Amino acid sequence: MLPKWFDKWNEDNPTNIFGPAILVGVLGAAVFFAIAVISIGNPAQTASLQTGPRGTGMSVPEFNVVRFAADPTIEDYYTEEPYIPEGGEDLARDIYENVQVLGDLTEDNFNRVMTAMTQWVAPEEGCAYCHGDVDLEEYGNDDLYTKVVARRMIQMTQNINENWDGHVNANYEVGVNCYTCHRGQNVPSEIWFNVTPVTKATAGWASVQNRATSVSQATSLPSNALEVYLTDYEAVNVHDLESRVAGVPNDEDVASIQKTEMTYSLMNYFSNSLGVNCVFCHNSRAFYDPGQVTPQWATALLGRQMVIEMNQEYLMPLEAEYPAERLGPVYADAPKAACKTCHKGYQQPMQGMNAIADWPELATTEAPVYE
Amino acid sequence: MYPDYQNIFTQVQVQGKPEWGMDEQGNNMMEERVGTPRFSTLVGLFGNAQLGPYYFGWTTMVAFATGIAWFVIVGFNMLAQVGWSIPQFIRQLFWLALEPPSPEYGLTMPPLNDGGWYIIASFFLLISVMTWLLRAYLLAEQHKMGKHIFWGFAAAVWLFLVLGLFRPILMGSWSEAVPYGIFPHLDWTTAFSIRYGNLYYNPFHCLSIVFLYGSVLLFCMHGGTILAVTRYGGDRELEQIYDRGTATERAALFWRWTMGFNATMEGIHRWAWWFAVLTPITGGIGILLTGTVVDNWFIWAQEHHFAPMYDGSYGYEDYGSYQAFIGQED
Repeated sequence: MLPKWFDKWNEDNPTNIFGPAILVGVLGAAVFFAIAVISIGNPAQTASLQTGPRGTGMSVPEFNVVRFAADPTIEDYYTEEPYIPEGGEDLARDIYENVQVLGDLTEDNFNRVMTAMTQWVAPEEGCAYCHGDVDLEEYGNDDLYTKVVARRMIQMTQNINENWDGHVNANYEVGVNCYTCHRGQNVPSEIWFNVTPVTKATAGWASVQNRATSVSQATSLPSNALEVYLTDYEAVNVHDLESRVAGVPNDEDVASIQKTEMTYSLMNYFSNSLGVNCVFCHNSRAFYDPGQVTPQWATALLGRQMVIEMNQEYLMPLEAEYPAERLGPVYADAPKAACKTCHKGYQQPMQGMNAIADWPELATTEAPVYE
Repeated sequence: MYPDYQNIFTQVQVQGKPEWGMDEQGNNMMEERVGTPRFSTLVGLFGNAQLGPYYFGWTTMVAFATGIAWFVIVGFNMLAQVGWSIPQFIRQLFWLALEPPSPEYGLTMPPLNDGGWYIIASFFLLISVMTWLLRAYLLAEQHKMGKHIFWGFAAAVWLFLVLGLFRPILMGSWSEAVPYGIFPHLDWTTAFSIRYGNLYYNPFHCLSIVFLYGSVLLFCMHGGTILAVTRYGGDRELEQIYDRGTATERAALFWRWTMGFNATMEGIHRWAWWFAVLTPITGGIGILLTGTVVDNWFIWAQEHHFAPMYDGSYGYEDYGSYQAFIGQED
């Protein structure tokens, strides 16, 4: 195919072209990528939020594409400024029937809150989701479970904002309202149910773990961590505070490897819920040491107490109210909340947006104070 | 022309009449070898091209039988946990495990479904591993070899015994043993470090890491050196020990001029053997002391002045806020 003189010249002048070709190829590719990174920018660029003393490696790294991406649910957030009462208006409890919460609101503000709740929780179903497809005069009825649950949820929201100020307003005013969990859905995402025991073939320690469940965050760690630590005040810490402590793993106050795995499972859930790592709260060289934790550690500690109260006093007692399809798929228990139900993977729910600025009615269990 | 020595595969293959091994002392050694030897060019790229015969004496049979018993017990326990569903077994294989008993059973025999099968399986595994260790000794004896490989394997068996036998007994509970599962044994490892206040402050753990990484480094240095002087006969390492040639001289000069010191053809093998053997020996000591002698290694390290404290200034005010971090604040 090629001219004879060309083949002959090649035969007479054997040359190793592979070595130079590889060299030129590698150098050329390196130059190409260097120019690309300089001109387009590094797509995998990260930044770190420092959480501990310099030189200890305590920081939360994040890809810039994730860091600057807004929580998509914020865009759909509905809010409306309150109507400042001038005094002397009739109150909701006098105007409507069977008003057990929010009775201190004026008619305008009461309807404003009702509208917002519809937008936050049942934007498609509208008022009928809780009140049923009935005339306005019958809105006082408690026929639907959704209305009974909603009333209790309003009380829970008020309790959180008023009594758990140290958690929900830890850095500045953020608070919670219905949208913090619901985000436009009837049932909030990231609720959880009991799933243990996960096997029928085993008992005890072997039966609560080694299964990729949503509660174990798809790890093989125990799936009962939320059940044990977020529905009751069981001790989470497993460390001995002296270099030598007597006792065997079955003793009351000696934490076993099993107990440690449960703690690890809970902590892993915390991390995933907030999109952070261990050193957001702990110095990982001594997890237990309260002298080396960060300020967020105390906020998280309060958060755990808050969740236990929410589950114990508000969510679990509602079990009898729910229809079967709202109960747990495995053990038919009431839906429960935990960190991720509000945080949804962000350090602060809705990236720290103030959820009670326009909603003083939801920020207190007393009559609201308008400013 | 590519240089032949820059190749990850073995460059010299010997194929011909198979080597059957010795059988000249009237000890019936041939009877214990099974399989007709054959040659594989593919295998020859990685090692010796000859496959077989295989030694199948009584130690092999006992170790295989008990090892298979362990393997099957673990497998069927996993299968039972997913309701005897093969697709689920495959899907969740890495999550599944045969777990040790719950802590409340201490050193007693627990029910089969709460660690009982684990105890039975562990018993078979113990026999299997110990018989395999004996096999290494007896084979070396038959070959009139030194017992270096036996002792090397014994070092690994020491760590195995510490994890599954010695430490659980000292702790007074079989629940301390390691689960038989892919992810679950990693969960155990993490929990073990967390429970006892950070295993990185355990000095024997430190030593074990040094020997482990040291083994890797030595292996690489030695392999590289011998390949580099093979062209001068450096691959005849044993002859070079007592009849040092230009290969040894060049290799020795290279390292002496690189770092002022060099091993010898004999010494490098002693270095490598001791580094490898000391990895599980020191590791096993570290595990054995954990929970039995020391319960919080970080506090222990502070008491012994090798975990530093910070100067007290955490400087949180300089760290920046979350709002600034996500670009919502100037």
